Amino acid sequence: MYNIIGYFEAETVANAAALLAENPNLRLIAGGTDVLIKMHGGQIDNAELLSLRKIKSLAGIRKAEDGTIVIGSMATFTQVFQDPILREMIPILTEAAISMGGPQIRNIATIGGNVCNGATSADSAASLFALNAQLKLEDQQGERIVAIREFYLGPGKVALKPGEILTEIRITPENYLGFGGQYIKFAMRKAMDIATLAVSVLCKLHGQMFDEVRIGLGVAGPTPLRCLEAEAYAKGKEVSAATVAEIGKLAVKSSQARTSWRASKDYREHLVEELVQRALKTAIVKAGGEELV
Amino acid sequence: MFKKIAFSVNGKAFNCEVDIRESLLELLRNRLGYTGAKKGCGVGECGACSVLIDGVPFDSCIYLAVWADGKQITTIEGVAAKNGELSEVQKAFVAEGAVQCGFCTPGLVLTTKAMVESGQEYTRDQIKRELSGHLCRCTGYQSILKAAEKSLEGHMCTCIEER
Repeated sequence: MYNIIGYFEAETVANAAALLAENPNLRLIAGGTDVLIKMHGGQIDNAELLSLRKIKSLAGIRKAEDGTIVIGSMATFTQVFQDPILREMIPILTEAAISMGGPQIRNIATIGGNVCNGATSADSAASLFALNAQLKLEDQQGERIVAIREFYLGPGKVALKPGEILTEIRITPENYLGFGGQYIKFAMRKAMDIATLAVSVLCKLHGQMFDEVRIGLGVAGPTPLRCLEAEAYAKGKEVSAATVAEIGKLAVKSSQARTSWRASKDYREHLVEELVQRALKTAIVKAGGEELV
Repeated sequence: MFKKIAFSVNGKAFNCEVDIRESLLELLRNRLGYTGAKKGCGVGECGACSVLIDGVPFDSCIYLAVWADGKQITTIEGVAAKNGELSEVQKAFVAEGAVQCGFCTPGLVLTTKAMVESGQEYTRDQIKRELSGHLCRCTGYQSILKAAEKSLEGHMCTCIEER
């Protein structure tokens, strides 16, 4: 038995927002693959749950007229992986989705829950950071949009105010069109494991030059992060093995890796340097560039 | 706190009050007697508690019983025919010696059944991926993979690997 003292189910976002406004102690539950595990581990006691599972409007993935891809927060990882639009337009997100847990977990765990859990190891995070994803947060008063980089505040801490619900994850066309990308999850097992390091790279080329490079990292600091120094360096540089090597080195500077039981700081930094290069090399080819030898 | 829900297990309809604190696994095992679903890790890592909900595998230990409202649940007890004849998937597991201690077997049979019934084609890598949510500490997985492949004969894709 889980330590649950109250259970509410919302049918609509407005309904959920009203319940949440009425009782700020309610804890939102989506797929439950984090919340129930925390209860099992005793980190959450006497929970009053507000389930979002019956809110059908949150489960879809669509492309808006302006090309913005809108992922409902209750979309499961299986849904994200199988979605034809995402597979075609944003494979770094579908690859991240399939790397998470195992099939039974992906069938229930939601992308919104993954984001709101605030873990640096969230499998969607490195890619959502590279994609400059925007989050739509709704409460009884209205809604606001927050950039994902401003949403992650610290380990397990996100910028969700009391009463707010994450309803949509939005990726605008200027953040995915024309990019080649690659996602790499480094873990001890190929399934059912938490990343030792996650790297998501996007790049856009202009002839022989890098027009834009974006590097999102997971488990390289207390929150997912971007390697802004390496990205600034890359802009306008020639696409070459030397440039890629320098980008790898600079990426380490932005990381704030630490030693945990999974891996040491030094090992993680080595992974950052190496995997950023590997991911970028593949991303270059996917962006239409030539393979670097 | 209790909540009234309606659902079916292996085609049998149930209408009952469930405790909001209960997992589907606890409901199935402790109250309804479907002990084929096993409690392993209790946190959705081992897959021993897997059941099919509307044909899709879920870990029932981290699925609240109240969520089962309106759902069709299949446990291992509902896989063989009523006269006791094993299903094709079960026969494949027997034929390949994919069962040792048996603790992981109900979940693996159900996941394989879901693959067979999906009507999709699978590559070997995809089969491995679909089975990856089940831990087996006896077999080393080879015989399980063979059993799954045998079950999926005719649904195996021999094309170049593509996810």
